[in-house]
Amino acid sequence: MDRRATFSNLWLAGALVAPQILLVVVFFYWPTLQALYWAFSTQPPFGGTNQWVGWQNFQQIFADAVYWNSVRVSIIFAILSTALSIGMALLLALMIDRQLAGHKAYRFVYFWPYAIAAPAVGLAFRFIFAPDAGFVSAINQLAPNLWNPALKGWDAMILIVIANSWKMMAYNFIFFLAALQSIPRGLIEAAAMDGSGVLRRARDIQIPLLAPTLFFLLVINVTESFVDSFGIVDITTGGGPARATDLMVFKIYSDGFKGLDYSMAAAQSIVLMLLVIGLTFVQFRYIEKRVHYA
Amino acid sequence: MRDAGLIERAPVLNAITHVLMIAGLLIAAFPIYVVFIASTHDLPTVNRVPMPLWPGDHLVQNYTTVWNKSDFGAKMINSLIVATGVTIGKITLAALTAFSIVFFRYRARMLIFWAIFITLMLPLEVRIVPTYAVAADVAEPLRWLVWLFGFELGIAPINLLNTYTGLILPLVATATGTFLYRQFFLTIPDTLVEAARMDGAGPLRFFREHLIPLSRNNMAALATIMFVYAWNQYLWPLLITTDARMATATMQLQKIVPGPLFGQPPVWNEAMAATLLVMVPPLLVVIFMQGAFVRGLVATDK
Repeated sequence: MDRRATFSNLWLAGALVAPQILLVVVFFYWPTLQALYWAFSTQPPFGGTNQWVGWQNFQQIFADAVYWNSVRVSIIFAILSTALSIGMALLLALMIDRQLAGHKAYRFVYFWPYAIAAPAVGLAFRFIFAPDAGFVSAINQLAPNLWNPALKGWDAMILIVIANSWKMMAYNFIFFLAALQSIPRGLIEAAAMDGSGVLRRARDIQIPLLAPTLFFLLVINVTESFVDSFGIVDITTGGGPARATDLMVFKIYSDGFKGLDYSMAAAQSIVLMLLVIGLTFVQFRYIEKRVHYA
Repeated sequence: MRDAGLIERAPVLNAITHVLMIAGLLIAAFPIYVVFIASTHDLPTVNRVPMPLWPGDHLVQNYTTVWNKSDFGAKMINSLIVATGVTIGKITLAALTAFSIVFFRYRARMLIFWAIFITLMLPLEVRIVPTYAVAADVAEPLRWLVWLFGFELGIAPINLLNTYTGLILPLVATATGTFLYRQFFLTIPDTLVEAARMDGAGPLRFFREHLIPLSRNNMAALATIMFVYAWNQYLWPLLITTDARMATATMQLQKIVPGPLFGQPPVWNEAMAATLLVMVPPLLVVIFMQGAFVRGLVATDK
């Protein structure tokens, strides 16, 4: 990134980056350090300064079945909503890319869900899937209490998976379509002239060329589902019933702000942070590769 | 834009494609439609299973009730202030930082770039509790910093809870925005810098007269995604506002319905009216700025 023509007023250069550096230190690095400190210490019950306890907080959370439950439901949530939203988005992008009549109008609407706030998405789906109102509860007229996300753990999980996938589907669709449109048209036409049909071309040309996008989206979707799921869970299920949707982020929030146990919340934050860092590294490696071979 | 699709005969596949596209349309639009329809009925109608799919005549009444009952106008204005503040802040900081690290030459610039870029790995959700503590007293990190250099500094606590500053400032630092601006500035040819210098322009004038006009597209793309991002913030405003006058529209959704764990069903028609109010502003941004929005999303790669 070296350019020859640059300016030399280094005081000015420093002043220009100072505001953002200050914000980053105060609101990112300082809280992260503080979370680390809290994770390795506990607050005495009657106040005073924290006492260093080493790995004790971590041992405590790793010995806690409730914590492992939140890890388990987070992983189920991540796998289901990633698979659903990526699958739907890929299918829709392939359809739109065929450019049949009306595809622009459809494409336009497919973007919309990504604009909507997670709690609004949550509330809309809570209504549609409500046990006693909305639409899905119509199946309860066939068999009473067949569907009840307020009482049945899996129903609640299905509800948050669908709500989250609906929003992420729009995001994934944007990326798949952009990737499909960057495939040289000549390639598709040449294959068509060789007599390969639409499905054959999708299988042998388009989907393999989408592999980098697919991988990128897999990582992003898993990360988002770990990190960004609070709004949907808080509005639709509140972590219940019986902790069936007690995702890691939600548990950190409720332990920290409802239970006021900063040390436990901080230890869980550190674990989640390591997870996010790991996933981001995987993603960076991929970006590096793409720069290399593109 | 690309040319029209291939002309080939695949009637069955084309029919399937149309069916799937319509199904996709229903999936994407149906929940939004349901929210609208539910917000136009009275309570008994909205609670019918399944709910009717045509609008009722209680639209005005429901929206008036919600608007007045929870002072929604003020909440929408708060959301607008926060979203605008975050958007302007992010664009300004991103442009200034990228300008400094691309157009000046000093050792620390890569360090600074990485220090900002790494914050991608520290989303708010994983550092909520300590970030809340910082917002409760922003002077604390400064006191520590000074203490490290061997001084004791008596700064009074600076509390950002229940302030616009507290709602906006922690969201303003932007790795993606800085990255996007850096990528754009790197495409500016050296000759432009040289020409500007020959005209006697200093760095600030070059920034103002050349870079800002050239980055207009960039700015629009960033502004749309950041506005949507900021309007949709939920966890942060929920934490740092206890005063109802500072509440934002998204967090109001939680106040309007009983918690999911406590059995009694929400007043659905009013809840859906509130949901629609929260949905509309970012949806309008995406609808009218579709091109910029998509460009921004794809360019920043998150």
